[in-house]
Amino acid sequence: MPEESNQQEFLADTGSTEIVETRTSRLFTETPLTLASGQTIGPVTVAYETWGELNDARDNAVFICHALTGDAHAAGLHASDDPKPGWWDGLIGPGKGIDTHRYFVVCANVLGGCQGTTGPGSINPTTGQRYCLSFPFLTVGDIVSVHSELVRHLGIRRLCGAVGGSLGGMQVLDWTMRFPDQLASAIVVASGHHLSPQGIAFNAMGRRAIYADPGFNQGNYDPKSPPRYGLSLARMIAHITYLSEDSIAMKFGRRLQDSDRFAFDMLKETEFQIESYLHHQGKRFVQRFDANSYLYLTRAMDYFDLAEGHDSLAVPCRRATARFLVISYDTDWLFPTSQSRKLTTALVQVGRHVSFVEQRCSFGHDSFLIDVDLLAQVISPFLAQTRAAERHRIIRH
Amino acid sequence: MAVRVNDKTKMSVTSRYQLPDPSVRLTDELIMQHIDASSRVIDLGCGDGRLMERLQTEMNCRVLGVDVEQSNVVSVIRRGLSVVAADLDEGLGDIPTGSFDFVVLSQTLQQVKQPRQLLGEMLRVAQRALVVVPNFGHWRVRFEVLWRGRMPVTRSLPHEWHESPNLHFMSMPDFRELMSSISLTIVKESPIIRGRAVERAWAANLRADSAFYLLEKDHSHFTRHSSDGQRQKLPV
Repeated sequence: MPEESNQQEFLADTGSTEIVETRTSRLFTETPLTLASGQTIGPVTVAYETWGELNDARDNAVFICHALTGDAHAAGLHASDDPKPGWWDGLIGPGKGIDTHRYFVVCANVLGGCQGTTGPGSINPTTGQRYCLSFPFLTVGDIVSVHSELVRHLGIRRLCGAVGGSLGGMQVLDWTMRFPDQLASAIVVASGHHLSPQGIAFNAMGRRAIYADPGFNQGNYDPKSPPRYGLSLARMIAHITYLSEDSIAMKFGRRLQDSDRFAFDMLKETEFQIESYLHHQGKRFVQRFDANSYLYLTRAMDYFDLAEGHDSLAVPCRRATARFLVISYDTDWLFPTSQSRKLTTALVQVGRHVSFVEQRCSFGHDSFLIDVDLLAQVISPFLAQTRAAERHRIIRH
Repeated sequence: MAVRVNDKTKMSVTSRYQLPDPSVRLTDELIMQHIDASSRVIDLGCGDGRLMERLQTEMNCRVLGVDVEQSNVVSVIRRGLSVVAADLDEGLGDIPTGSFDFVVLSQTLQQVKQPRQLLGEMLRVAQRALVVVPNFGHWRVRFEVLWRGRMPVTRSLPHEWHESPNLHFMSMPDFRELMSSISLTIVKESPIIRGRAVERAWAANLRADSAFYLLEKDHSHFTRHSSDGQRQKLPV
């Protein structure tokens, strides 16, 4: 499969050998979490991983917010013979952009997810049944409320930084405005203050594919036989939005998968390499992701809008006190540079410390997962300077 | 007011190849003298952030840099300062109106595609603009063109014609004329002559290799002062 070989290329130079395990914490055990919808949930189990050591001053913690279908396994290996490391291993690790010799790094699976944190696939303690679609509606803010509680639970008063790409960037943004004292800096990558209507349209198609799957059964499917056709189609659609025209052309061109000639077979669905790749992506996704989680999380993404209820984006930005680093990619059309510029403008308007960089990288939205060297180049000095500024701040107070 | 610079910053012009902008320290000092402490400053074409750092540490200013080069953006971040990657040729659309007290544009105006639009934009985002431009009216430039029939390579115009980033060449009267046509007030003009910024000078346009301008948009100043002592009425 072309995708596998490409993945190998990207992973070849990461050389990660750190073994990490996923841990869980139970939060909101006494008082349940009240969600944006008004519903409550608790206790909440959170799956998270950590790298590096929290120092005595407890001022070197960096929180990683994962994207739509990511998980807590951002870096390192689960076992020494693990074929692939965590999803941001190129950026996080000893001596890397987010250096685990210097920082204590935390990444947690999101609320509503399906990789260890409470979500629609979890058992509802009051019924003893899986939540499925009885799981409360959730927002990016609700996800952040859980992250924020986990940080307190780990004994960290203030994070040196929160870093996130795409939906992860939205979490970081929400965090800066709802829990400003908890963040010294915010690094928002390939993201924006809302998802564009075009992005909502793609999410709508993905959800429709799941709803239309005969196996969906109003969300009450058996986890062993999920609505795999719908979920894989949803992934295929979404995956196109993560790539760029150039990256597809470079990687696959118009090449055929198994032959030099057209098959003239209407039922052959994997004739072109790009077809084969998308099918492979869809198939793999079904093995690791829950369809109901996909519905909840894409909705949370659609709903997110920092400017909602305000005259301008600058108004909510006033609540933030963190130093901001905003990064976009020139070939990203899901969260285009114009979105990051709008956010930067709003932050400049209210006099916040903000730096903005547009990276040149041909991989579209996925660039933030691939070209980690570009990210390291700006994130590493930015975090170092944040720490210096924090020490200065503490001395002054 | 005159600023004296270290002799090291003076370059001989015997060679046709010069280091870019050799009088950097002079212009930094000059710019800083016209900026109020604790003000909000935006530095367009901020380079590696050298001036920004001084403005922040020595004058407690709140500074934002703008630069198009990735390496410069990284350098500014390394200094712990904030910087926005942007191409001045695409305007200042991302910078909110009135969000700064001062805007700095040092040795860059001649390199942008639309200097006139940029100047207008600068005084949209800030109250006052500090601009340093090379003076094409300098005798050395005139000599190179007229006598030698060559495109000039001088201290403030240090590039060969084919590799020069400079797109527009203006003399001091040209600059004044543009300011008048776009209703910007020249609050102050300082010719920079042999490494010295001076209040006024005889034959400034012949002798200055660069010129410093402090510009304002509003019409509270009804006269503008040119360095050769003339007073002119602003067009209304």
